[in-house]
Amino acid sequence: MKKVIMGNHALSWGAQLGRAQVIAAYPITPQTQVVELLSEMCANKTLDAKFIKVESEHSAMAACIAASIAGARAFTATSSQGLTLMHELLHWASGGRNPVVMGNINRAMAPGWSIWTDQNDSLSQRDTGWIQFYCASNQEVLDTIIQAFRVSEAVMIPSMVVLDAFALSHTYEVVDIPDQEKVDAFLPRFNPPIRLTPSDPHAFGGLTSPEHYFELRYKLQKDMEKVPELVEETGREYEKMFGRYLGEVEDYRCDDAELIFVTSGTAGYTARVGVDQLRHEGVRAGNVRIRMFRPFPFEKVRMILSRARKVAVVDRNISYGHHGIFYQEVKSALYGGNHDVPVFGYITGLGGRDIMPETYKEIAQLTLAKQKPEEDITWIGVKR
Amino acid sequence: MKGGTLGSVPFLGKGNAMKPKKTDEKIIFQTEKEVPLMPMSLGSMLYNKTGAWRNIRPVIDLNNCIQCGICWKFCPDVAIHIENEFPAVNLEYCKGCGICAEECPSKCIAMVEEEK
Amino acid sequence: MSKEKKMKLSLPTEELMGSGHLACQGCAATLAMRYVLKALGQKTALCIPACCWSVIDGPFPQSSLGVPIFHCAFETAASSASGLKAGLEMVGDTETTVVAWAGDGGTFDIGIQALSGAAERNEDIIYVCYDNEAYMNTGIQRSSATPYGAWTTTTPVRHFKNRPKKDLDAIMAAHRIPYQATANTSYPEDLYKKAKKAKDIKGTRFLHIYAPCPTGWKSRPEDSIKLGRMVVQNCIFPLYEVENGEKYTLNIRPREKKPVDDYFRLQGRFRHLRDEDLKFIQAEVDRNWERLLKLCEPKS
Repeated sequence: MKKVIMGNHALSWGAQLGRAQVIAAYPITPQTQVVELLSEMCANKTLDAKFIKVESEHSAMAACIAASIAGARAFTATSSQGLTLMHELLHWASGGRNPVVMGNINRAMAPGWSIWTDQNDSLSQRDTGWIQFYCASNQEVLDTIIQAFRVSEAVMIPSMVVLDAFALSHTYEVVDIPDQEKVDAFLPRFNPPIRLTPSDPHAFGGLTSPEHYFELRYKLQKDMEKVPELVEETGREYEKMFGRYLGEVEDYRCDDAELIFVTSGTAGYTARVGVDQLRHEGVRAGNVRIRMFRPFPFEKVRMILSRARKVAVVDRNISYGHHGIFYQEVKSALYGGNHDVPVFGYITGLGGRDIMPETYKEIAQLTLAKQKPEEDITWIGVKR
Repeated sequence: MKGGTLGSVPFLGKGNAMKPKKTDEKIIFQTEKEVPLMPMSLGSMLYNKTGAWRNIRPVIDLNNCIQCGICWKFCPDVAIHIENEFPAVNLEYCKGCGICAEECPSKCIAMVEEEK
Repeated sequence: MSKEKKMKLSLPTEELMGSGHLACQGCAATLAMRYVLKALGQKTALCIPACCWSVIDGPFPQSSLGVPIFHCAFETAASSASGLKAGLEMVGDTETTVVAWAGDGGTFDIGIQALSGAAERNEDIIYVCYDNEAYMNTGIQRSSATPYGAWTTTTPVRHFKNRPKKDLDAIMAAHRIPYQATANTSYPEDLYKKAKKAKDIKGTRFLHIYAPCPTGWKSRPEDSIKLGRMVVQNCIFPLYEVENGEKYTLNIRPREKKPVDDYFRLQGRFRHLRDEDLKFIQAEVDRNWERLLKLCEPKS
C-alpha cells in the first residue's frame, strides 16, 4: 500500500509492522510525531503494545531494556538531548545484550538550542556498542526498522536507525508500506535464548570482577563482527520478499569514478545530484553513502574506494580536537594494505546549515585542485 | 540465516553457554566459550562459607530454650534452621553477628570466642 | 529437652534467600529481603539498582536469591520495574510480582524522578525502599534520608547533617497511590503482613523499610533489632499505612512514648551530639508525631 508519509511516521509504521510489544518514549522535537502516531496505533489496537509514557528519556531506555530482558520486543525513539540523556543506558543495552531498536532523529546538540540537523548526537554514541544505520529516504527508514529487529535479535545487540531532523523526519515522501502478513513471514516473533522469568531464576548484570568482564565484552565484539554479513543477507532476503535492497553502503556511479564522495544521511542523496552535475561537466564523480556505520563496513569501503584516485569525505559532524568522524574512520579503514588512496575531509552543514548540490561542486573543485589532503579541517560554508 | 520461517528469529550465538549450570559450587570459566552471552548468574552463593568471617559464635543451651523461634526469625544469614523442633546453628555460614543471643528472650544463647 | 512441644513459627519456613551472601554482620537489609520474599513468594522479579543489595546478592556468576533479579542502573529502579512489568505482561506472564528494590539513595535522591513518574502513572509494581539512611554501599555518604545530626563521611562531625530527613512518605502520599506503608525489620510479622497485603493490590505500592546498618551507624551488630524496636517506641519511625494518599492507619501506638536519647546513644554516628542537639531533635520528633496522629484521626 503506497502512502505519502513523513519520515517520523515511517518510524511508527516500522514499529507497528515489526510488532513492537513495549514502547517507552518521551517527546522531543523533532521526534514527537513518531510517538504520537504510535499512541494512536495502540489506541486503535492496530498495534498490540504497551506504551509507557515515561517521564524522561533515561527512563525510556531503562524501561525498554527491562522489557527486552523479559522477552518482549522493545522500541523507542528520540533525538539529541534525549539520546545523550540515555547515554549511560546505551552502554547498558549493548553490554546486557538487549536487542532494543530505536529511531534517532539527528539533531544538533545544545547549547544554543537547535532543532535542526547534524550528526553529533548519534555519532558521539558510536562507542556504546549499538548497531547504527543512517537513512536517506522515508522508505529506507521503514524498511530498515523492520530489518533492524531481525538483525538485532539474531545477535542480541541493540540498533539505532538514524534520520535527519526535518530534512527527513518532517519531509513527506511516497512510501510503500508492506502488508503485515508479509512482514510477519520475514520477521518472526522475538524469542531470546534467555529471558528473565521466575520459572528459571537468574540474576542479570551482577557485580563482575576483572576475572570475567573481559570475556563478556570480547563476546560482544565477536558478535558485532557477524553483523556486516548478517545485514547483507537480511538485505537480500528483504529484496526477495519486498523488492527493495539495502546493504551496508549504497554506491552510486563509482565503477569508473576518479573522485568518490563519502556521505551519509540525506546529504548522501543530495550528493547524487551533485555527482550527476559533475559528470555533466566531465568530472568522473561517484558517491558512497554509508548506511551501516556501526559496525564499520570495512570491506565494502575498501573495495569501492580503493578504485578511486581521490576520496572526499563529507562530514555533517565533528569530533572536537580531531576531525570529522566519517573522515577519521574512512581514512583509518584505508590505511595500509592495497587501499592507498588520498582521503580529503570536509566539514559542513552543522546545526542544520543546508547542504546543496553546489556544495559538492565546491568540494570537488577543492579536492581536484590539491595533490595531497590538508592536515587541517577544510570547512565548507562557514562565514569567514 | 533463514528468515521467512514462522517461529522465531534464530539466534546466531548457539555456541554460547546459555544452559544454566545451577550449581552450588564456585563457578570458574576456563575459556570465553564457557562464559554466558550476558552477565547472568549460573549458580548459588552456597560455595561462600561466611562462617570464616566470625570471631564469636552462638552456643544455644537447648535445656533452657523455649522454642519461640525468635533466633531463627532474626538471623540475617539464614544460618539458624529448625531441627527436631529446636533451633540449630549452621556454623558454615554464621557470621557471629550476635543478634540471636541479643534477642533470645530466655537468654539461652551465649556468644563464645572462636578458638584461634 | 523432654518437651514434645512443637515450634510455632510466626512466619512461613520456606526461604527464598540463601546463605553465603555478602552482607555485613547484623545487616537488617538482608532481613528486609528475607521477610518480603517470604510474603511475595517465588513468582517475584526484582529490579535492583546500585545499592548494598547489588553487592550482597553475590558476584557474577552466582546469586543468593531464588527469584530472578534484574540489576539496573542507579536511577532506574522504578523505570526498569515499569518496563519489566510491561514486558512480562506482553509475553503472557501476568502473575509475576515485579518489585523495585532500592536503598534510600536510589529512592530519595537519584531515583526519585523515576519513582515519581511510575507512581503518577500508577504502574503495577511494588517499590520497596530499604532505608539505612545513607549511601552505605559506596562508603557511608549522606543522602537526603540521613537523619538530622548524623555523622557520615560527607557530613563530618563539625558539619554534621543539619537538614531533616526528607519526608518521602508524604511525597508518596501526594501521588495518591493505592497503598503505601512504613515497616521495620524488628517487626517482621507486621512487615510480612504489609508485603502480603501489597501483593494483592493493583497499582503502585510503596514499602518504606527501616533497616539498621551497624557498619554505617557505628552500632553493634547485635543491636540491629533493638534499634528497630526503639524507633517505633520513640516515634522516630512510626509504623503506619496510607491508602490512596488519604486514609492513614497507625499500626503501633506506643503506650508510653520513649525519649530519643537512648536510641542515639547506641550509635557512634550520633556520638558527637550535645544536649541542645538532642533537645532540638526531640522537639522535631514530637512535632512530626503530632502531625501524623492528626492525619490518622478518623475524619468526621
